[in-house]
Amino acid sequence: MTLPSLRHGFILGAFCLGFGLVLAAIDQVTIDDIAARALEDRQNSLSQVLAGVPFDNNPATDTVRIENADHKEITVYRSRLKGEVTGVAYEIYGSGYAGEIKLMLGVDADGQVLGVRALAHHETPGLGDKIEEKKGDWILRFTGLSLANPLPERWKVKKDGGQFDQFAGATITPRGVVTAVRGGLEFFAAHKARMTEGN
Amino acid sequence: MSNNAYTRIVRDGLWDNNGVFSMLLGMCPTMAMTTSATNGFGMGLATAAVMAASSLLVATFRNHISQEVRIPVFILIVATMVTLVDLAMNAWMHELYKVLGLFIPLIVSNCLPLARLEAFAAKAPIVPAFVDGLCMGLGFTIALTAIGAVREIIGSGTLFADASLLLGPSFKFMELRLLPASMGVLMMILPPGGFLVTGLMVVGKRLLDLRAGKEIQMAGAHGIA
Repeated sequence: MTLPSLRHGFILGAFCLGFGLVLAAIDQVTIDDIAARALEDRQNSLSQVLAGVPFDNNPATDTVRIENADHKEITVYRSRLKGEVTGVAYEIYGSGYAGEIKLMLGVDADGQVLGVRALAHHETPGLGDKIEEKKGDWILRFTGLSLANPLPERWKVKKDGGQFDQFAGATITPRGVVTAVRGGLEFFAAHKARMTEGN
Repeated sequence: MSNNAYTRIVRDGLWDNNGVFSMLLGMCPTMAMTTSATNGFGMGLATAAVMAASSLLVATFRNHISQEVRIPVFILIVATMVTLVDLAMNAWMHELYKVLGLFIPLIVSNCLPLARLEAFAAKAPIVPAFVDGLCMGLGFTIALTAIGAVREIIGSGTLFADASLLLGPSFKFMELRLLPASMGVLMMILPPGGFLVTGLMVVGKRLLDLRAGKEIQMAGAHGIA
């Protein structure tokens, strides 16, 4: 080690330390606000997918964690009226044309879909993004369906012999969403007792 | 520095040596974020904020940053500013963050800020460096908004869609529908449209410069005196 390289190392180290401290300070200042915004977002999407049932609690804070078929811990949000679980909501994941599609699924206590909303996806703008509620009403067609209606073999897009329309030019995206919703309902059927405990 | 020198910096940043149309720097966010004029505008403004702040910081510390470690220090400064913008937007401009959030970290990989730090801010006093960072960033904003506007009009038939999400409800009037949705040419929103429009706009800018009798600047990032 020669002396000049020590000096450069010292300069670089000093800048790293200084800006590291700046970042830590900014993180401290914003951390509460960011957590509050994330909670608002969650309440927003929950109130959309649970809109079909009455409740008097805050579903965003009434949660239970359950492992799904892929060994992933899923947080299940529960809406209650006078202590009785009226509906549950949780994230489901489909595989789309460009990676994972993250959706929020709301189910009532009898296993009927209350609503589905896309939370995050990377589908092609103008084609696959019609799964967003603000870009089309396709996602609303799941409301009221259950594992018994339609029958399991009809829980597919039309191209695969099922009953769900695909979009012009995009089959993979709707196929991923339909499969994810069906998987979400099977998840509810398998863990209904734990999700609605207390009823 | 004289007023003349500042005029030069502003003109260079906004038009003559425009980061996108002349230097062809920062192509990654240019392609990714110009699917609509609003997205391009938002990304441009975020980049301008990062550039102005990091130019200011680099100029402030320019006598303490040794030549050998300047690049890591510049990257550190840009990355810190990007994180600052990212966290601040997430906390206090959440609606905008939901639109742009995914792309803010991309600014770190944008070579335009780094090029300006190296070519200008590292050698200039604080105020000119700040003005240069800001104007280069605004030039970037102009370019992204223009490319986004063309792609959006041809691709989706709208102009400044969702501008009210970015700028607030009072800007709802900017959201125009110029062509019916069925006439949209999807390719313009996909990557090929980005390359096409950017290329044609680079040609257009050079033709305008030629007509104005200017010498075409081809010197790239190091083209400032």
